[in-house]
Amino acid sequence: MLIRTEQLSKAYRTGAVELLAVNEVSVEIDQGEYVALMGPSGSGKSTLMHLFGCLDTPSSGRYLFDSRDTSTLNDEELAHLRNREIGFVFQSFNLLARLTAQANVQLPMVYARVSPPDRRARARAMLELVGLKDRMNHRPNELSGGEMQRVAIARALANRPRLLLADEPTGNLDSRTGQDIMRLFDDLAGQGNTIILVTHDQNVADHARRVIRMIDGSVVS
Amino acid sequence: MFIELLRLSLQTFRTHKMRSFLTTLGIIIGVMTVIAIVSLIQGMNYEVERQISSLGSNTIYVQKINWGVGRLDWDEVSRRPNLTLDDALAVARLPSIARVAPMRGRMIGRITYRGNKVTDVDLTASTPSLAEVGSYQVEVGRYISSDDSLRKRSVAVIGVHPADNLFPTVSPIGKLLTIDGKSYTVVGVLARKGSFLGQTQDNVIHVPITTFEKDFAPGRGFGELQYSVTIQAMPRRGVSVDVAIDEIRELMRRRHGLAYNKPDDFGINTQDTIREIYRNITRVAYIVMIAVAAISLLVGGIGIMNIMLVAVAERTREIGLRKALGATNQLVLWQFLLESVLLAAAGGAVGVMLGLGIAKLVEVIGHLRAAAPLWVVLLGLGFSAAVGVFFGIYPASRAARLNPIEALRYE
Repeated sequence: MLIRTEQLSKAYRTGAVELLAVNEVSVEIDQGEYVALMGPSGSGKSTLMHLFGCLDTPSSGRYLFDSRDTSTLNDEELAHLRNREIGFVFQSFNLLARLTAQANVQLPMVYARVSPPDRRARARAMLELVGLKDRMNHRPNELSGGEMQRVAIARALANRPRLLLADEPTGNLDSRTGQDIMRLFDDLAGQGNTIILVTHDQNVADHARRVIRMIDGSVVS
Repeated sequence: MFIELLRLSLQTFRTHKMRSFLTTLGIIIGVMTVIAIVSLIQGMNYEVERQISSLGSNTIYVQKINWGVGRLDWDEVSRRPNLTLDDALAVARLPSIARVAPMRGRMIGRITYRGNKVTDVDLTASTPSLAEVGSYQVEVGRYISSDDSLRKRSVAVIGVHPADNLFPTVSPIGKLLTIDGKSYTVVGVLARKGSFLGQTQDNVIHVPITTFEKDFAPGRGFGELQYSVTIQAMPRRGVSVDVAIDEIRELMRRRHGLAYNKPDDFGINTQDTIREIYRNITRVAYIVMIAVAAISLLVGGIGIMNIMLVAVAERTREIGLRKALGATNQLVLWQFLLESVLLAAAGGAVGVMLGLGIAKLVEVIGHLRAAAPLWVVLLGLGFSAAVGVFFGIYPASRAARLNPIEALRYE
């Protein structure tokens, strides 16, 4: 089992009103699973994904990554976990505009202190894997939306993480490009990567082998 | 990792060239001021020291006034007795004194020779011993002799400036020039002395003191005669200046009949007095410099803090992303801190170069040997880097504390 949550909750306070974005969620996800986290906007799926990604800390409950209770980890250990074990893909790509595709892919490896030659070699391999062999030295503004998302996926895979988290990865793409990206996720899942997709799109969720549905902060199925 | 951070910072500067430059302007100006002023003061120190030494390290000046800046009670000074030639003779008889030159001086409005004229000449009336006591070298002809002095001859030894201007084409020796209506024969030309504290020492004319008193005595229509004699004294070889000063002081107090509890009513001045005055002036210059530099560094530091806060706000998404990708808070802190330190230090470096440039310029134009010692260059760089740390720590810690989710959502 890769991750497990036990009555995991996250509450936000806006003024006097307390909002439970995630309400006592208990799920387990195994190594190699291909999961879609589905729900309408405001259902808490993004918040749950942030908790999975150790970007956020729960208000109550426990989150275990590889049997380790993440609440016992300090800032540095959490950063280490995000760096080595988790890869993020965002809806809006979040590439650094002034860096080339290759340099963007190298970023997580910089924080993992991989040596520059190794970094370059692995960045090239990753970009080849996502089909951007000819685009290595282009900057984001010279790439199409689909290409940018491929760079972002290559970046997420750079440190060979055990969990790939994607937040609406096709949300900013047209449907054909979105299909291409989804096929890439399918391939990655086929190679044994653990993937959690956050989406509100049934067509995207259909690619996954397991769907977790959320409404109002709770898991409904 | 450090190299990565360094590369990152340099990249930021490249994308914001103008902004980075303007930000560091305060620091540039601050450091430039320090380097330029210190270089100039060093140059001046060298020059002044050379000139003070040229006065003769052990010449003692006994005068009515004490040298100094702004601490003379003129009312008290005006009640002091004048020093006389007799005083000079008494000083000359002291066992510790080798030689004495009594001296009177006044500014002469114009000296003429056949239609040529020089103005504002510094006339010195003395005895032949002045050549030695005041270390004057004669270039052409001879100095005043004791015979001239004894016979009250109307002879003059002139400086380079009147020599060049009154006699541009002929030798001045033997020529008759007119000093305020009195005729004097030129017997010698003094060697060039250069300027002292910015004043030329070559626009001078020396005449025997005896002749001077005959020609320019008070009551003969030539007012503003300096009534009091200045006594230049040189201690005997092997006798320390302090011992000589003590003897002179004791003698003068006795001659003036001063009670033991009364202060001196005359001044005994030496080279060290000038050094003291000069040190006071440079101390003021240093204080002003430190104030200017401190203000510019403060302003520069605030500018850097401002621009770093802007940078943190601009790059909020980037910070969030970096944290998501595994950057620790500490690394984010270091990244921004390094950026502000580099910015400040680069400003410091530019300031050092501009300061050295200014110093060089003044050296070429003003003939001052300006020199920036290594310590001031290092101090300039070190201080600007410190400003970078001090004013960068707040923006950097703000960046480090950013919540990654909020940062990623930030538009």
